[in-house]
Amino acid sequence: MADSIHPVFNEPSNTQMMNQLWELQLRNGLITDEDIKQLALHHRLSEIEVEGVVSFYHFFHRKPTGKYTIYINNSIVAEHKGYQRIVETFERETGAQLGSVDRTGTFGLFETPCIGLSDQEPSALINFYPFTQLNAMKVKDIVSRLKNGVTPAEICDQPEDNIRYMPPDNKTMFFRELKPGASLHKAHAIGAHHLIDELKKSELAGRGGAYFPTWIKWQAAQKQHAHPKFVVCNADEGEPGTFKDRVLMNKVPHSLIEGMIVCGFTIGASHGIIYLRGEYRWLKEKLEQTIRDYHQWGLLGKNCGGIKGFHFDIRIQMGAGSYVCGEETALLESLEGKRGEPRTKWFFPVEKGYLQQPTVVNNVETFCAVSQILDLGTAEYLKLGIPGSPGTKLISVSGDCKLPGLYEIEWGMTVAELLELCEADNPYYIQVSGPSGECISIKEKFRRISMLDLLARKDIRCGGSFMVFNKDRDLVKALMNFADFFKKESCGICTPCRAGNFIIQRKLERLDHGLAIPSDLEELKTWGNIMKCTSRCGLGKTASNSLIIAMDKFKDYFDQKLDKDYNGLSLKFDMEAATREYEMYKK
Amino acid sequence: MAKMVNIQIDGKNIQAEEGKNLMLVARENGVFIPSLCYYEHIEPPLGSCRVCTCKLNGKHGPACTEKVSEGLVVEVNSPELIDTRKALVEMMFAEGNHICPACEKSGQCDLQHMAYELGISSTRFPHLFKDRVIDYKPSRIVMEHNRCIKCLRCVVDVKSKEGKRVFNYINRGNETFVGVDYEEEAKLSDDEIMNAMHICPTGAIIVRGVSLSKPFGDRKYDLESVQKHRPATENKSGQRPLNQEKKIVATVSLAGCFGCHMSLLDIDTDLLDVVELVSFDKSPLTDIKKFTNRCHIGLIEGGCCNSENIETLKYFREHCDILVAMGECAVWGGLPSMRNAIPISECLEEAYLNCVTNEPSSNIIPYHEDLPKILDKVYGCNEIVKIDYFIPGCPPDANHIWKVVKNLLWGEEYSILYSEFKYD
Repeated sequence: MADSIHPVFNEPSNTQMMNQLWELQLRNGLITDEDIKQLALHHRLSEIEVEGVVSFYHFFHRKPTGKYTIYINNSIVAEHKGYQRIVETFERETGAQLGSVDRTGTFGLFETPCIGLSDQEPSALINFYPFTQLNAMKVKDIVSRLKNGVTPAEICDQPEDNIRYMPPDNKTMFFRELKPGASLHKAHAIGAHHLIDELKKSELAGRGGAYFPTWIKWQAAQKQHAHPKFVVCNADEGEPGTFKDRVLMNKVPHSLIEGMIVCGFTIGASHGIIYLRGEYRWLKEKLEQTIRDYHQWGLLGKNCGGIKGFHFDIRIQMGAGSYVCGEETALLESLEGKRGEPRTKWFFPVEKGYLQQPTVVNNVETFCAVSQILDLGTAEYLKLGIPGSPGTKLISVSGDCKLPGLYEIEWGMTVAELLELCEADNPYYIQVSGPSGECISIKEKFRRISMLDLLARKDIRCGGSFMVFNKDRDLVKALMNFADFFKKESCGICTPCRAGNFIIQRKLERLDHGLAIPSDLEELKTWGNIMKCTSRCGLGKTASNSLIIAMDKFKDYFDQKLDKDYNGLSLKFDMEAATREYEMYKK
Repeated sequence: MAKMVNIQIDGKNIQAEEGKNLMLVARENGVFIPSLCYYEHIEPPLGSCRVCTCKLNGKHGPACTEKVSEGLVVEVNSPELIDTRKALVEMMFAEGNHICPACEKSGQCDLQHMAYELGISSTRFPHLFKDRVIDYKPSRIVMEHNRCIKCLRCVVDVKSKEGKRVFNYINRGNETFVGVDYEEEAKLSDDEIMNAMHICPTGAIIVRGVSLSKPFGDRKYDLESVQKHRPATENKSGQRPLNQEKKIVATVSLAGCFGCHMSLLDIDTDLLDVVELVSFDKSPLTDIKKFTNRCHIGLIEGGCCNSENIETLKYFREHCDILVAMGECAVWGGLPSMRNAIPISECLEEAYLNCVTNEPSSNIIPYHEDLPKILDKVYGCNEIVKIDYFIPGCPPDANHIWKVVKNLLWGEEYSILYSEFKYD
């Protein structure tokens, strides 16, 4: 499609690598040596380069994955909702062990981090079709039906949107009716330059969680002279506990497309790419349909929306299972068909992004907000929320509450109010913005959720994930789940993140086994800070956040885990565990 | 002519070309910023090891990916930053399996060098002992994954004539390693293959024939620091006031080879002075089996590989005021810990059942209640008890051991010289 509009610009062949790998993986259940050889020849790469790409993404396999590939979500919410039982049931019913394929080659059973269905856990993907709210009975039924030749597509679930709350008096921002083309026409009327001023007035900031002012990013890209420019939508919603983008793409995909077109118009871009996480493959068809609709309505393609000389097209690129690809420069690398390793800050994406061309990367929610703000008018938008933090925010609530789902709150709502709305069950601590975010104690329930006061730690900035845990949940187990997640999802390029997360996990194991001493907690804190100061990208910089904060906020809890007999000289040593293996040689 | 800008490094005003890499500017102005991945001609810089982390205009960031601009204020040598950089190098030692005494590159290894420069005598992190299989498949080189610090140098710099990569990262997270493309590797010229070995900051890439027939280390990092004013490391003072009382020392060799004890005797005639000053309690030197006195210092050689080592070490801790880990094995496990990445059953079976020198019918894995029990892995002494001081080396130099002991006993300040740092 893109070629017919812009014959002058062809994306290099490497950018097709991910798609080709996906095709092979879906068709054969694995990538073979021969595939790698062919791809290397085709792209003029050495085989090790292709191998590097394949091995980076956990949905690409070098060994068979069975006719039905089952990925069970192992996030902390799933763990609390019965992950272990689901794994056991799948193992029993399919005959496959977790991480392998059964003897007949029919079922492959794997675990995967959060698949964006935290409001409907336990959940799993079978051949990338979603199955939600699993229980032993349901698993049994699914497996027996698959054995009888029914396809996963026929029996999969349609995940509920679970929109639980919108601001009263019809003040919803994201789920208003939006006439296709309305925002683009407004944008055209305002003009590209004034649009930046409008965005500035609206104080819109990046909704992926970093809250970088959108207008600054767009203006910087607008000023670049290099062409072509790109608009990239980050739909790699990988932060455990977040599913707001899933709901947006399922419910209002057109507002996303429209937001991207507006961005393209503003910065003078000709290409849009949606980087959709592999876990959301089931949403791809819907997005494609929306893109087709927009083409039909003349809102995509040549002279979009009747604006002379504005040619814009959007394509979808599938990710393949990698949390770090949510980092914008890693995402760009992945788009180029490479390993998703974050770049150094030698250039900014608005200067040299995708294919070294000026690129704006924004989150799904940001693009949706842009199209809605334009249609609604900035003045109306500013009436929502609180001064300094206008508008509404989508929050994915999950965990120990009666009503998990999506909450569209006006900025300024307190944690207590949100907990009440979702009917939280005896909440004790809350993980805000996912594992890389902040954990808060119930004692802080009167803090507001806003974009303000990040440093003063008065208000809470929420990236979208809000996981509620009750008093009976083991905090250290949750932190260990996070540590394991970061250890596996680190891209491996920089020392503090690659080795640091591994080291922290080992230390937490000691703590869990009751072997830790007071200085271990101090060490964890300083080590976490070292990772924070030295890591290459946001993953390593934030991975130790929750741990450091938790040790302060839940001091009593940690203290009772420490070795009580520690005299300052001899550490506790678990001799039984250390000699267990040797004892097997006892006659 | 490029535009000149004014920047400040540790309070010193410096003029430099705008846009030039901060690492180069610092180097040209005699400021030492440690780094393991930075390599002048690799553009853009790799930014993978993070050892060059400084404060740039008050914010933490790596020097190697910073282009100098007007007014840039750089902080390099604050105590916090020095410690942070030290921690990063320690992390590499903890993450890999760096057995310096058994490494061909020892003496001219960049990683070892940085550790000497930063004065690292032990790592603060637990060693991870991940099993890393050595890749013998390439025709020209051996890829020693135990030593790789994933700096990216070879990945980016070593390319075939068609511009294809010969090395590349495989996997991700803590499973990441540098894979070799056997086909492309075979095509490299002799010079290119030597270049691959030389740009590797550790001994991970070893060219067959060259390094094995003749050690390629001319030990360029042994004697002198590259820093003009290397910060003094480990200025420690002992806990006891100066007096003429004879001090009591105990020594032991746990999972060691007695090499450190041998080294201890290497001070030759000075031994006569030593005997005037100290007396030995429990020690292989006296053959005293049980403590008869409380001791001022206990010198521990070797780590803990069995249940008896653990008991002995705790026994020492109870009877000594100061405990010193002497030599690599005591510090973190050393050579015996080479088995740590391998399951204990495989080790035992290899040693007692499948070993070619076994006599027929004597194939049995020893087990008796009187025998010490083998532990799942070899532990460094500080994983079992609190260790007060660490002396690295395999073995440490005799004079160095006595210098440390004397200074600790009589409460004098001392600092470890660059030339005294040795891991092999």
